[in-house]
Amino acid sequence: MITLRNLTKQFKGQAVLKGIDLEIQPGEVVAIIGPSGSGKTTLLRCMNLLEEPSGGHIRVGDSDIDADRPLGPQQGLIRKLRQHVGFVFQNFNLFPHRTALENVMEGPVVVKKEPRERAAAKGRSLLARVGLTGKEDSYPKRLSGGQQQRVAIARALAMEPDVILFDEPTSALDPELVGEVLATIRSLAEEKRTMVIVTHEMSFARDVANRAIFIDGGVIVEQGDAKSLFSNPKEARTRQFLNKFLGDNAAQPLPEDA
Amino acid sequence: MIESSLKLIADSAPFLLKGAGYTVGLSLGGMFFGLILGFTLAMMRLSSFRALDWTARVYISFFRGTPLLVQLFMIYYGLPQLGVRLEPLTAALIGFSLNMAAYAAEILRAAIASIDRGQWEAAASIGMTRTQTLYRTILPQAARTALPPLGNSFISLVKDTALAATIQVPELFRQAQLITARTFEIFTMYLAAALIYWVLASLLAHLQNRLEARVNLHEKDA
Repeated sequence: MITLRNLTKQFKGQAVLKGIDLEIQPGEVVAIIGPSGSGKTTLLRCMNLLEEPSGGHIRVGDSDIDADRPLGPQQGLIRKLRQHVGFVFQNFNLFPHRTALENVMEGPVVVKKEPRERAAAKGRSLLARVGLTGKEDSYPKRLSGGQQQRVAIARALAMEPDVILFDEPTSALDPELVGEVLATIRSLAEEKRTMVIVTHEMSFARDVANRAIFIDGGVIVEQGDAKSLFSNPKEARTRQFLNKFLGDNAAQPLPEDA
Repeated sequence: MIESSLKLIADSAPFLLKGAGYTVGLSLGGMFFGLILGFTLAMMRLSSFRALDWTARVYISFFRGTPLLVQLFMIYYGLPQLGVRLEPLTAALIGFSLNMAAYAAEILRAAIASIDRGQWEAAASIGMTRTQTLYRTILPQAARTALPPLGNSFISLVKDTALAATIQVPELFRQAQLITARTFEIFTMYLAAALIYWVLASLLAHLQNRLEARVNLHEKDA
């Protein structure tokens, strides 16, 4: 579904990604974890070229981007690739001047030139799919963060992508809203949709992903079956990260409880 | 005294209103062509081609950095020396358009640049081209930011059209001058002219508020 070959990214002379090779199979749910600054978000953003890689190959379906050559002449190919790759942002990035339904219809109508009625009908059913029936005509401002993120997921689904990339989809949400978004992503996983999720929600990653990838310092340190990676990491660095992460996230008693 | 003033105003009304017609025409024309050229300049400023960016920068800097009066004199009195002879109205319209374009360009450029990067990325992520993104995603949002300063520039333009009197355009201020020269009712005539400018500016401010309210619709309850 997605193949990355020797993907590199330098940012101001600093190597953020140091030659990533990765293959993602249809139907697979892959979680990418790692400390902040490890390059995991950059890796995800390179997969649909929101970030321009410094070198390497990206192949999605039959679109093949060669980042060792200038990307300018490959813009048409890049746009074609993006139509097959949904992206869900940390900060939702809904179009604020369009209603929930219009946000979902935008891609099908403008990019795929679908007739408005058909796009609207599909949009309504996608909004229903993410539990937002009745919110079709609401502007993003009037929706909670969790609802906005579910509209964003519906917007990505409307393009009927082969794979959906999630960039820390719950990091910008109030804690009480995280559950509804995770439940939506979980239901997509149950449909056997191909997904790549960069996340800090470790228990979610363990439960939903088939495969987990631990990235640190711009390289894949360890990858494998999600459950075994979380319960029995092989590399010291992975163990260290998971321990520290679970330590940091261990329930701290509130002062009034103490 | 008051009676004679009223009679004077009544007698001069047709001339003043005819002048006001020129004022409105010059303002609308200057705004119209100024916006078109200003938008082009804003696009040049945002272009990745250095030469385009710099051409626009120099243009904007010149027209914002020199007096409008000097620009009008260069066009009307100066160009004939280079073989370009223009009617007063044409010269004024060109001058106001060129000047307004410089201000509009900066307003539009700043408004477009103020839109979050995430909006470009969201549009790109569903496969939209840069042009589609600009027209469907960025400009509708930038318009909201640009509208108040553009409205202010328009109101300034209405008042600045009085400068066209200096290049023989028979607009409102020029008419007041001509009547004053005949009647010596200086205060009354200029007050009458001022009141007409005031009415025009107030009308525009009102229109601006209504337009802003419409553009901001999505900010309110759906």
